[in-house]
Amino acid sequence: MPVSKTAMQQSDNFLARIHIDGWLLSGLLVLMSIGLLTIYSASGQDMELIQRQVIRLAIGLVAMFVLAQVPVSFYRNISPFVYGIGIVLLLSVLIIGVTGKGAQRWLDLGVFRFQPSEILKLFVPMTVAWYISKDGMPPSFKHLMVALLIVFIPTILIARQPDLGTSLLIASSGIFALFLAGMSWRIIALFALLIGSFAPIMWLFLMKAYQKQRVTTFLNPESDPLGAGYHIIQSKIAIGSGGLTGKGWLQGSQSQLEFLPEPHTDFIFAVFSEEFGFLGVIGLLLVYGFIVGRGLIIASRCQFLFSKLLAGSITLTFFVYVFVNMGMVSGLLPVVGVPLPLVSYGGTSMVTLMSGFGLLMAISTQKRVMSR
Amino acid sequence: MNNRRQTIRDFTAESNLFLRRCLFAVLLCFTLILVVLNNLYSLQVEQFEDYQIRADGNRIKVIPVAPNRGIIYDRNGTIIAENRPVFNLEVSLEQVEDLDTLLDELQQLLELTPSDIARFERNRKRQRRFHPVTLIANMDEDMMALFSAQQHRFDGVAVEASLARYYPYGSALTHVLGYVSKINARDLNLIASWGAQSNYAASKNIGKQGVERYYEERLHGKVGYAQLEVDSKGRTLRILEQTPPQPGEDLILNIDIELQLYVQSLLADKKGSVVVSDPSDGGILAMYSSPSYDPNLFVNGISQKDYSKLIENNDRPLLNRAVQGQYPPASLIKPHLALLGLESQKITDTTHIQDKGYYQLEDVEHVWRDWLKRGHGKVDVQRSIVVSCDTFFYELAYKLGIDTIHEYMAQFGFGEHTNIDLLEESDGNLPSRGWKRARFNQPWYIGDTISVGIGQGYWTATPVQLVDSINTIINYGVKNRPKLLKASILDDLVITEPLNTAEPIRVLQKKNWDMVQQAMFDTVNTPQGTAFKAFSNSSYASAGKTGTAQLFSVGQDEDVDDLIIADYLKDNAMYLGYAPAKDPKLSVIVALENAGGGGSNAAPISRNVMDYWLGETH
Repeated sequence: MPVSKTAMQQSDNFLARIHIDGWLLSGLLVLMSIGLLTIYSASGQDMELIQRQVIRLAIGLVAMFVLAQVPVSFYRNISPFVYGIGIVLLLSVLIIGVTGKGAQRWLDLGVFRFQPSEILKLFVPMTVAWYISKDGMPPSFKHLMVALLIVFIPTILIARQPDLGTSLLIASSGIFALFLAGMSWRIIALFALLIGSFAPIMWLFLMKAYQKQRVTTFLNPESDPLGAGYHIIQSKIAIGSGGLTGKGWLQGSQSQLEFLPEPHTDFIFAVFSEEFGFLGVIGLLLVYGFIVGRGLIIASRCQFLFSKLLAGSITLTFFVYVFVNMGMVSGLLPVVGVPLPLVSYGGTSMVTLMSGFGLLMAISTQKRVMSR
Repeated sequence: MNNRRQTIRDFTAESNLFLRRCLFAVLLCFTLILVVLNNLYSLQVEQFEDYQIRADGNRIKVIPVAPNRGIIYDRNGTIIAENRPVFNLEVSLEQVEDLDTLLDELQQLLELTPSDIARFERNRKRQRRFHPVTLIANMDEDMMALFSAQQHRFDGVAVEASLARYYPYGSALTHVLGYVSKINARDLNLIASWGAQSNYAASKNIGKQGVERYYEERLHGKVGYAQLEVDSKGRTLRILEQTPPQPGEDLILNIDIELQLYVQSLLADKKGSVVVSDPSDGGILAMYSSPSYDPNLFVNGISQKDYSKLIENNDRPLLNRAVQGQYPPASLIKPHLALLGLESQKITDTTHIQDKGYYQLEDVEHVWRDWLKRGHGKVDVQRSIVVSCDTFFYELAYKLGIDTIHEYMAQFGFGEHTNIDLLEESDGNLPSRGWKRARFNQPWYIGDTISVGIGQGYWTATPVQLVDSINTIINYGVKNRPKLLKASILDDLVITEPLNTAEPIRVLQKKNWDMVQQAMFDTVNTPQGTAFKAFSNSSYASAGKTGTAQLFSVGQDEDVDDLIIADYLKDNAMYLGYAPAKDPKLSVIVALENAGGGGSNAAPISRNVMDYWLGETH
């Protein structure tokens, strides 16, 4: 293959050598910067918080970089094993886990606490992709059923902790992989129907009181303006009062006066919308759209089925984060505790997200190595 | 080769299918983004003006105001739990220009310790913005005077008054009143389960034990609200509107504080408990568990050091022995068993035995000893209670059988809550075949029944259960069970509380009950009675029963007197009595741990209590 040595391609080659996708990385860095600016405002100019977030982002970037260096075939080979380990960890959380904020999500490892449901966000799509890619696509009915089992075992275990947000994300990551693998439309319709009829059962038997309360509050926030509906109402006031152009950075009265709940974590989108307005929101959505688009391009360009499915699933799940968070903060969806990815303050979820992008980068750059 | 071509063809098909699905996914994402954007457009552009007005309206803040907790009185109107004003030094950070200098100057003026400063720094991190941070909790008068004189130098620092719970009688009433303390995560769950989150929006403390816990919802009151106008920095400008909080109910207990203090003095340096009740209604006149502790320690958060001291104390002051102490009832339940024997016609008033000092079943080698080695000689049911003859009751228990005993003693309330108004109460244990099967997976043996005849073996009871049972005997089966709360005050009206009643025990022959009461009278008033000495020369006639519970089994060939027994294995001394014998005004249980014989150790304390209550002061 003849190689022309323009400056652009040189830098491209350098990035390719260290397995980094330049486009994707720029998108992520822009998001992170927006996040830091908004956290600074939302936390009342708390530099300590910013420092901690910068450290987390750095850890995330390092994780991404390291994971990008590993050959994709390795990920493929370890998929079923790490999945098994993940399930064992989830079971041990239910049995010996540490309870925090009313839910049992953590394993206490002495030195630090560890949330196994986080790593399953990656292990589940990996395993589904591994399983489907063994036999090619579209999957047969039998394979589809097994793959669904792979998805729903951890989903149910996590929903029982209870952690509705994470179980939703894991279920969608698995289902996206199946969807991209060509799961037939008839079965998709069947599932939509099943989920529809499952909802009342969840309501009656599976959901805890606080989860039910979130749903009732979502349906009618004004019913409890000083209690649970408070979050949604305040958040909508913040967003709405931002208007077309916003009140300006550090000028949002809702967030500055602490009318907003958790303004720098799950509800940061409300702060952003208040201060940067509808135009700012369109800008933010363009950045997210760019990242999702780039992810799907990577997915469709690579040769191997495993890589395609995994890359596609990671990208679409990232979009689900964005949609669910924006939806809940603006009152379209019930509050389920999903952060705005790479913008919200904190969390293990940031490291998981960046690890996902690490896999994506491994896929994007190593396809060339493999196709030689 | 063929196979390989298949794979390649599949690859193209796969790639195309994947691409189609990707495109569909992009379409889906796009649609969802449009939905979000449409919603945001409606919020930010179409309804912008509405929301802008509401955002300005948000300058008006609604804050909850905590209600004052109900006051608790004793039966004579003496305050036993109150709310005292406390003064805290609070710093409004947004009004302070140079915090370090300010702290330095305050430190010099008020002689603050480094730990005060450290606590302030901790509070500062935890406190929400625009809420003042406490620098000194509970200032004394000297400190307030010192600060007030110099206040003009310190912008943003002010003395704030608030109310804090205070128990003027300290350790005397700990196990009755319990205490309030800071609301923690577990309490929050509890409050949520009551659906009372908004009612506790401003409350800092909650009842944790005793009456404070049991009547938490009545004592707490109803939260109020104040609408404040705040400036753009969140500072309060003025109060626009107020819904005042409704204070909690004031409660009047059956407790007589003077008697309670007297009982406390009687139990100083002893381990045990005394419960005094009014047999006419079951009201608890005094209830003290020794050792006790100062409940005020818990109100503002107990220090780790003080708490470990309480936890590590081997005498277990945190235990409320009056309702949580589970002791073998020993001879105290002989009247109850005698009553059962008579009512079930297993014995009559003339049934008697020859007591040789021990009891033995046919064909069984095991020997059950009487406490009197040489035996009591000829004993009928009357004398068996007066001299507390064990052998008579070994045989009676054998005749009755465990099922009958269990059924009747359950009617007296053994093995179950008395429903006294305390959540800490223990059940004790009234053994049965089913219980032993479930607990030890063993059948019930005859020998087990024999021990139950003298209130030993698997049988345990709490002092409050025992005093309740004697009230039932006094009242011929009618049950007015123990209760601490006498009345409550609502809008200056005293409302008497309903009694703690329960299904009465059916009286088959009244003379059987008279006979048992007479035997308890004779226990105190005839020279052979086990409580005669303790009550000699008293100005009233009382009735009662002594009890000495063995915590240590003596081997078949050993003699108790020859053994040196460790302190914690020494007998429990108990006395259960009432006075006057006719128309009783009080019933008393004294239960002393590891104190020796009941007649010589517990009965005298009971007499002191009766002397006091029936004496000139009352």
